[in-house]
This record gives sequence, structure tokens and C-alpha cells, in this order.
Amino acid sequence: MTATTQDHAHHEAEPTGLKRWLVTTNHKDIGSMYLLFSLAMFLVGGAMALVIRAELFQPGLQVVDPYFFNQMTTMHALVMIFGAVMPAFTGLANWMIPLMVGAPDMALPRMNNWSFWLLPFGFAILLSTLFMPGGGPAGGWTMYPPLMLQTGTAFPFVIFAIHVLGISSIMGSINVIATILNMRAPGMTLMKMPLFVWTWLITAYLMIAVMPVLAGAITMLLTDQYFGTTFFSAAGGGDPVLYQHIFWFFGHPEVYILILPAFGIISTIIPTFARKPLFGYSSMVYATASIAFLSFIVWAHHMFTVGMPVAGVLFFMYATMLIAVPTGVKVFNWVATMWRGAMTFETPMLFALAFVFLFTIGGFSGLMLAIAPADFQYHDTYFVVAHFHYVLVTGAVFAILAAAYYWLPKWTGHMYNERLGQWHFWLSVIFVNVLFFPQHFLGLAGMPRRIPDYSVQFADWNMISSIGGFGFGFAQLIFVYLLWQCIRGGQKAEARAWEGAEGLEWEVPSPAPHHTFDTPPVIR
Amino acid sequence: MAQAEGGYYVPHGSNWPIIGSVGLTALVVGIALYLEGIGAGPYVLAAGVLITAWMVVGWFGDVVREGVKGLYSDQVDRSLRWGMIWFIFSEIMFFAAFFGALFYARALSVPWLSGEDPATSRLLWDSMVLSWPTAGPGMADLEWKPMGPWPLPTINTLILLTSGMTLTIAHHALKEGHRGKLIAYMWATVALGTIFIAFQSYEYYHAYVDLNLRLDTGIYGSTFFMLTGFHGMHVLIGTIMLLVITLRCMKGHFRPESHFGFEATAWYWHFVDVVWLGLYIFVYIL
Repeated sequence: MTATTQDHAHHEAEPTGLKRWLVTTNHKDIGSMYLLFSLAMFLVGGAMALVIRAELFQPGLQVVDPYFFNQMTTMHALVMIFGAVMPAFTGLANWMIPLMVGAPDMALPRMNNWSFWLLPFGFAILLSTLFMPGGGPAGGWTMYPPLMLQTGTAFPFVIFAIHVLGISSIMGSINVIATILNMRAPGMTLMKMPLFVWTWLITAYLMIAVMPVLAGAITMLLTDQYFGTTFFSAAGGGDPVLYQHIFWFFGHPEVYILILPAFGIISTIIPTFARKPLFGYSSMVYATASIAFLSFIVWAHHMFTVGMPVAGVLFFMYATMLIAVPTGVKVFNWVATMWRGAMTFETPMLFALAFVFLFTIGGFSGLMLAIAPADFQYHDTYFVVAHFHYVLVTGAVFAILAAAYYWLPKWTGHMYNERLGQWHFWLSVIFVNVLFFPQHFLGLAGMPRRIPDYSVQFADWNMISSIGGFGFGFAQLIFVYLLWQCIRGGQKAEARAWEGAEGLEWEVPSPAPHHTFDTPPVIR
Repeated sequence: MAQAEGGYYVPHGSNWPIIGSVGLTALVVGIALYLEGIGAGPYVLAAGVLITAWMVVGWFGDVVREGVKGLYSDQVDRSLRWGMIWFIFSEIMFFAAFFGALFYARALSVPWLSGEDPATSRLLWDSMVLSWPTAGPGMADLEWKPMGPWPLPTINTLILLTSGMTLTIAHHALKEGHRGKLIAYMWATVALGTIFIAFQSYEYYHAYVDLNLRLDTGIYGSTFFMLTGFHGMHVLIGTIMLLVITLRCMKGHFRPESHFGFEATAWYWHFVDVVWLGLYIFVYIL
């Protein structure tokens, strides 16, 4: 069997302190940095959300001026998408994929370090725009022209910050793909890979395919602004709608980038706590691949009201509805996995169960939005906000929290405080519904999104939603405390921390040693 | 250095990524400051370019040294291959965004503006008839000419295609161990790349001075210069890569059975070549 060559020349002088983290090539170190960075951004983006909910607590303008409100909606989205959810998934990929496939490290360890370290720099640029003359970007995270072109000094900084984040994502994804395709232990065939690895393989493909398209779109914004190109100006023969097409060609695969690894996590956790193998493994793989394929041909459902030819509207409507089929396969398989299982309800399982229920609600509201004639009414209302927060908060974020609880024993070597975990879960799941469910009603009643003030008939549900928002926000501090506690100490975790857990990551001790699988295991 | 035969090489700590992060940040912040007319811009940009260049040279230097030392097993080699393949795929998608803009303008936005969709054109520019190439209805009075395929773009097409051939001949020479032939054909490839850049520079000069075709000449100028400009940047990078590889060939870094650095550069060059064919067809001819 082949062994791993560690670079022993530098081994004696392994750096400590800050330097260790700056130069590390270890997938566990880098994974931890990604996860902690993501948590920090989750709190920053969450604070922005609370500014929004504070302003919307009552009709009228109380807390912030409308322009700052718009900066908050824009930045909240950018921070949560590029700073919280994507790095969290990449952190999980870094930590878990080499352990799950029996690899000594990620395939390209130095590039792995660069992928991470570009993030703090990119976010330093992005967040600094809030303090620039004219404030941060305020045209929404989608950055539609011509509105986006009215951004002040911040404009080129936002564009370049997103370029830097995109470079980071592309390099991270290349690493994930190379690791999965090339670093699997002997005997680990593709169809024996854990589903988290499969979903990440497909996610990484999506990211490499669409992050460059976003880069192209925002580059055209930049040249339209400074160099007189007219991509998005009708006077020059271009079209502002062109931007929307290019953006959403990125944007729709992007939302699956934000959810497919979550599917992988849920498909890992439910079998563990149902003590049954995953139902329909291969159909899960094919469903994931189908969703990824469909994600490339549905983008214009984000722009039904823009004035497209009716044939286009119909195509995008039907293609979008088709996504319900593979997604339904997944939900069916999760439920079937639990059918007659010996279930227990530790915190990761609770979050996973909440995911199945609440993500499905988000899926159904997505189906409603896919119906073009109905979307003419729902477009740009709070119904859309409710929809994508159900899939992203109770979907992606809940899955990330479930993953954190599930693998914390492996990362820290300690069991987390189950009692606090249960408090965190129940407060989160109650408040998140208080927060987002009323937004469905607000949207159906016609309340527009991204507006700091509203008509008085929306007052009650907005107040309730804001109460839910603050409750959900502060409930997350329990998690921060629990995490701190778990890193410092606690009940010692066994190698196989969960009774029903399967997979190579449970074959190594807890906490996982700095180097694992220097000699690849053999999978029968 | 304990070197297990065929082991996977995991490097221990590297300063280059963090240097690259600082360099790239300084580079983009410098451009942003410059675009906003803030004085420090050019200095920050220059610092960023220098730091990034230092990182590129140092990082690739490390990789070359490790490769020459024989630290890279077949498995490492495959990781590098996957890395390069997916990097090129990301580059293709970057160009796809600009090709998409071109196709959208030609197939949808320009026809709509010129009366195919009456609601748009009648409200904005009634009785305007547009065809491709166009600078758009707002620049109807502008005097300018489009860039035809003859002679320079066609000559450049032949040059790039020839360079692809010379590179392939060099690759075969490398595999068969004909050192002199390898180096001669590599220099020929570098020369062809350089001539391409020179011709394209002249083409841009010709466009600005003789044709009054500029980056801001409506959607035609926008798509023309962005597509050919980004392609030209890639040719420049590719030529630099070829030059480095040629020098490495002369130093004897490559063996007939193991020369991934050469192959990666060749893949990149062929990618640049294929993108050009797309440009030649859709930007110049059609």
C-alpha cells in the first residue's frame, strides 16, 4: 500500500500561533478556519437582518434611513450567501471529504489554503464599503443595472470583492473535485461514496460552471460604468435584461450550490439516527444529478415579469416545475429511511427532521412561484422572501447546524451539551417559523420586498415576524456558547460517537488526529 | 526527506497563499481606487502587481523544484491534471458569459430595438432600423466602421492554428526524446504567439485610429473589444507560460514519460486557440 509523503524537512519547525493558521496546508485546520469564519459571518449577516427586522417592526421609519435599509438588505444577502453558507459547506467538505473517502488530505493542499485566505480579504473589501462615501451597495444582492450603477465610491470595491470571493470558490471547488476523483481509497468506487461526497462533487461542478459567469456579468457592469461599454444600455443596442439573464444563469445554479450539500448532510444524519441504511442510495445520486442539470435551464423563472416572449415564459415554467420530481424523490427517500427505523432524537436528528418538514414547505412555495401567471402576483413580494428563507434558513442553515452537531464530537473529541443543543433546536425551530411563516401572508397580501416602510394593514404580521427574528437571532447565541464549551471540554467522545453512524470518518479516533489515512484504508 | 516511493506528497505549510491573498487584494483595491479617482490607486495597484507576480514566480518555483526532485507520484500528477482541466473549464464558462452577451444582442436585443417588438422600439426610437453590426439607436449619427475578417484576423487565425501544430510537433519530439527539435519548435510556438499579440495590437490601433471603432462604440464595440481583449490577455498569459516551458525544456526539466508542466501549458494553449476560432466565426465572419 502506498504511504503519504509528508514534507519532513519542514516538519520539525512546524509553525505555531498565528503563523500556523496562515501557512497551514492541513485540511482539518483549513476546514476549522472555514467553519469559524462562516460562523462569524453568520453573526454579522444576522445582525444586519436584525436591523432590517427592527425597522420593519412597525410601519413608518424609526430606526434607520431608507438608504441604509437598502444597504442592509443587499449586504445581508451577500454576507449570508458568500460568507456564511458557502464557506460553511466548504469547511465541511474540507473536514469531512478526505475522512470520508480515506484520503490523507485534500488533493491540492496549498491551493486549499489560498481558497480560504482569500475569503477574509474579500470580505474586508466588501464590508469596508459600508463606510465609504455614499455607503455600501444598496441595489439588492442581484446588482441589477441601471440601479446598481448608481452606487457611490463602493461600486468597484463591491465588484472586485465578489471577484475575489468567486476565485476562492472556484479554487475550493477544483480542490473538492480533484480530491473526490483522485484521492479515494482503493475499493471506494463512485457508487460506494457517502452521499455527502456525491452531493459535493456535483456542487463543485456547478460552482466551477457558474462562478465565472457571475464574474463575466459583473465585469460587464464594471466596464459599462467606467469604460463606456453598453452591454446593459438600450441606447447602445444592449439591454438591462441581458444582465438579468446572465446573472440568473449563475444565480439559479447558485441556489442549488447552497442546498445540494445540505441534501448530502441530511442523507448522512437520518440513517444514523434511524439506524437504517439510506433508502434509495442510487436514486439519491441520480436525483442530485438531475437537479443539477435542471438548474441550468430554469434561470428565467426569476424574471417572469420582465417581459419575455411567452414561449420563453412557458419553457421556463415547465422546466422549473420538473425540478419537483427529483426533489420529491429525495424527500420520499428520507421519509422511507425513517420508516420503521429505531429512531432517537438527538440534536442533529432534530435539525435534520426540521429540515425535511420545513425545506419541503419552501419547496412547495417554490412550486407556487414557478407558475408564471401566479408569479406575476407574487413577484418581488414578501412571499418570495418567505420562500427562499424557508429553503435557505430552515434548509441550508439547519442542515449546517445539524452537521455541526453531528460531527462536533469528531472535530473536538468532546460530546456537546445535549441539553443546550435541544434548547437551541426548539427555540430556533419555533422562532424561525414565527419569523418567516407570516411573510407568506404578507406577500400574498401584496407587501413588496426591500422596502423599509409599509402600509398599515401589514403591521400585525410584520410585528410578529420581527419578534420571531429577534428570537431566532438570539437563540443562535446558545449555539455559540455551546460550541465554545464543546471545544474547551466535556464528555469524551468515542471514535464512533453515534451508535448508528456509518462511514470511514468514524473509524479514526475522536478528535481526529492531525494526519489521518496516511496509508489508505482498503474498502471492501 | 523521507520519500516513500509512490506516496502522495502533502506539502507542509507555504507562505505563498497568504502572500497571494495580500497581493490580489492590493491589486483589486488599487484598480478600484484608480477607477474612483483616488490618488493612492496607482501605487496600491503597482504594489499589488509586484506582490502577485512575486507569489506566482515563487509558488510555481516551489512546484517546479518539487517536480524536478521527483516528489510527485502518479497520483499527485493526476490531481494536477484534474486541477488544470477544471481550471480551463472555468475559463471556458467565463468566455461563455461574453459570447452569451454577443448572441443575446444579435438575436434578441438589437432586433427588438429595431422594430421586431413594436412596443419597445416605437416608444423609444420610432422608425429606427438597425442591423448588425450596430452601435445602437443612441449612436445613430456616429461615423465608424466594423472590423472585417480580412486580412489581419484571418492571418491571426492561421498563426494560432500553426502555433497549435508546432506545439504538438514539439510535444511529440519531447516524447520521442528529440531535444533539439523540441526546443526549436517551442521557440517557434512562442514566436507565433508573440506575432499574434503584435498583430492584434496593430488591429486595435487600426480600429481606434482608422475605423473609429472603440470600446464605447455601442454594443458592437463592447462585445468586440471585450471578447477579443480578454482573449488577447489569455494569449499573453499563454505565451508567457510557453516561454517559461521553453526555458524549462532547455534546462532539461522534462522527461519523455513525465512532463505535466508542458502538457498543462499545451492544454491551455489549445483552449486559447479554440476560443479564437469561436471569435473568428462569431465576431469577425458572421
